[in-house]
Amino acid sequence: MNVAVISLAALRPGECGRVQSGESAHPATQRLLAMGLLPGTEITVVQVAPLGDPVEVEFRGVRLSLRKADAAAVRVETFPA
Amino acid sequence: MSRPDSRPLRIALVGNPNTGKTTLFNRLTGSRQKIGNYPGVTVEKKYGAWQPGGRAATLVDLPGAYSLAASSPDERVALDFLTGHLDGEARPDAVVCVVDASNIVRHLFLASQVADLGLPMVIALNMSDAAGRAGIRIDAALLSRHLGVPVVPTVATKGEGIGALERAVLRAVDDRLLMAQVVWPEAVDRAVQYLAAGLEKEGVPPPGRGELRRILFDSRSAVLARAGWPPEADPQPLLSAARDILAAAGLQPVAAEALLRYEHIGHVTADAVRFPEKRRRTATERIDAVLTHRVWGLVIFVLLMLLVFQSIYAWAGPAMTLIENGVTAVQDTVAPWLAAWPAGQSLVVDGLVGGVGGVLVFLPQILVLFFFIALLEDTGYMARGAFLMDKMFGWCGLNGKSFVPMLSSYACAIPGVLATRTIEDPRARLTTILVSPLMSCSARLPVYVLMIGAFIEPRYGAAAAGAALLAAHLVGLAAAVPVAWGLNKFVLRTRPQPFLLEMPPYRRPLLRDVLWRLWERAREFLVRAGTVILAMTVLIWALVYFPRPAEVRARTVAELPPMNDPAAVERAVDAAYLEQSYLARAGRAVQPLFAPAGFDWKITVGVLASFPAREVIIATLGTIYGIGREVDEGSGDLRAALARDRWMHGRRAGQPVFTVPVALAVMVFFALCLQCGATVAVMAKEAGWRWALFGFVYMTALAWLGAVLTYQLGTRWLGG
Repeated sequence: MNVAVISLAALRPGECGRVQSGESAHPATQRLLAMGLLPGTEITVVQVAPLGDPVEVEFRGVRLSLRKADAAAVRVETFPA
Repeated sequence: MSRPDSRPLRIALVGNPNTGKTTLFNRLTGSRQKIGNYPGVTVEKKYGAWQPGGRAATLVDLPGAYSLAASSPDERVALDFLTGHLDGEARPDAVVCVVDASNIVRHLFLASQVADLGLPMVIALNMSDAAGRAGIRIDAALLSRHLGVPVVPTVATKGEGIGALERAVLRAVDDRLLMAQVVWPEAVDRAVQYLAAGLEKEGVPPPGRGELRRILFDSRSAVLARAGWPPEADPQPLLSAARDILAAAGLQPVAAEALLRYEHIGHVTADAVRFPEKRRRTATERIDAVLTHRVWGLVIFVLLMLLVFQSIYAWAGPAMTLIENGVTAVQDTVAPWLAAWPAGQSLVVDGLVGGVGGVLVFLPQILVLFFFIALLEDTGYMARGAFLMDKMFGWCGLNGKSFVPMLSSYACAIPGVLATRTIEDPRARLTTILVSPLMSCSARLPVYVLMIGAFIEPRYGAAAAGAALLAAHLVGLAAAVPVAWGLNKFVLRTRPQPFLLEMPPYRRPLLRDVLWRLWERAREFLVRAGTVILAMTVLIWALVYFPRPAEVRARTVAELPPMNDPAAVERAVDAAYLEQSYLARAGRAVQPLFAPAGFDWKITVGVLASFPAREVIIATLGTIYGIGREVDEGSGDLRAALARDRWMHGRRAGQPVFTVPVALAVMVFFALCLQCGATVAVMAKEAGWRWALFGFVYMTALAWLGAVLTYQLGTRWLGG
């Protein structure tokens, strides 16, 4: 078993994972859900901004910029690419 | 069901941001559009006349939204409009939901929320050409059968599918075509029942089921307060109990709506939409590899901003010269007609033509700047700018989305302050409203151009002039960061809020849309020039021209040594009149306050007159110096007049009024001061009078401080 559950903020550029859950109290969660980031959705970290934050992620064909503090609210299962 | 043809149909246009909604709106309404504000809130209301199939209709372009959860004012307006809760706005007869065909699954989420409100609907599958190129195959007819509403592929940029869309809208209205709703699990229905009962117990008539679901699902629902929930009663126990019903059935309350809706969308799109097997590396990815590169991305960003400001300076030049010459020609033509009536001649030539002409001259620059802003937005680069800049803004309580209002404020703080509506976090939004007017709006440009053109360029060259112009535009930004930080640290105490920004694919901007926005901006500016600025111009002219007692002339002539040059006599007389004018008296009274910044009474007068609208400074200086102008020399050039001006009295008598430090101090003062009545009014509307007043006071204080520091340090380093 190579599966590990980590925070989205811990993924490095180029790595991908599958969403497990979002922190329900976090204000970013409902918005991310509306945009289609559901439990089970695959998400890839595309890149980190030149100044170190935010990160650009891709899921369901959308590219989204979000801060690491917000990405930390999303738990993802990593799997070997 | 048919309606009497006398009442125009009301059709609402909704959709996520970046769906080409505005392009479609422009395409459907053409030039027959109007822009206003919704009552009570300053969300821009865009509506236009439309004739689908010859029927009269009003098309209302609602602000872009990801959901109806109403977490931002934009989304709130969309929800309130669709539920008929916006003052003076009747519920629409039908909704056109604009969906980006390439993102059909995600964008149907909003459509499915709108469907909950029981309005006839049409889905416009926009940018369907791009989806086709990406290998996404959509069977619109099949999808339409599944959804129960017309699904019309469109390409708004090329006008494709417009006829079909018009027919579909009429069909949806006439046959009341409603989109298929999610089949809600029993627990959701039970929770909604429970909410309805709870509302009734509190004496609140429960709204429709769609709105009850909004109360159930949204963590901070706007619907509850609007339905009449008493503000003193805590709704949390009722909401928690209703959400517990969901949890008990194994539905996570936060995620339930998204999961159920996406499941539903998955079903309806399963056989109607086919995605390509293998994703291709898109053009956007290749472009982003450079434009958001950790080194090149920042370098390009800075170069791009530099290019924008250099272009404003360089491109607008010839057009400005043309307008200046035109104004002089008009003055020369009109002056002889009124020669018999000196006061009237002065009013028309110096006051009206000179004043308004002096403002008109800056129209080319405003157009160049808005051209670039439209280009940055329409290509999708604006979002990349926010991505690159967020870290810089984030630590002081702003966020990357502040970049857009702040960059817009570089053209004009009014659209900038309005653009803060896209910021969900109320405190980041308030901070952005308070610092946006520090960004150097285009009305400040005249002051910079005048000062740089008169004092920097002749002395230090064109490269220095461009650099000085860029620096002038950065002064406000440099002040904004500590101001925002201080506001958050000591006044607002912000907790960081999420910052989510979609990075849309790069798109070729549509010239029509860009030109349309330029025209909107130009019209707004010209209307302002024709009303507020014209009125100020006449007022200032009067304050400069009057009083005009005859003995001033007699005394001046008597005191002059005998000379044969009548023009020189007139110049001396005019100067004497000017010295004792009402405005000069006011300026002299206030001047000691501005003396530490090196301002003489004339500059002080310009500053005072500019509080309602800062571009008035040019008209004011033009009037002040124009009155003493030698008409036959035709030197309408304000720059030359400023450079010639000398202190009349005091220890600096005979020295030039304008030195480089004075010119820089004037620029800094105008860069930092909130001299714009319209902006103060918009801030008051967005954030309340208290904050608008706060903004005005702190910026005026900051401007004075900045000007004094600039002058004092400038004279020390550069010399008087």
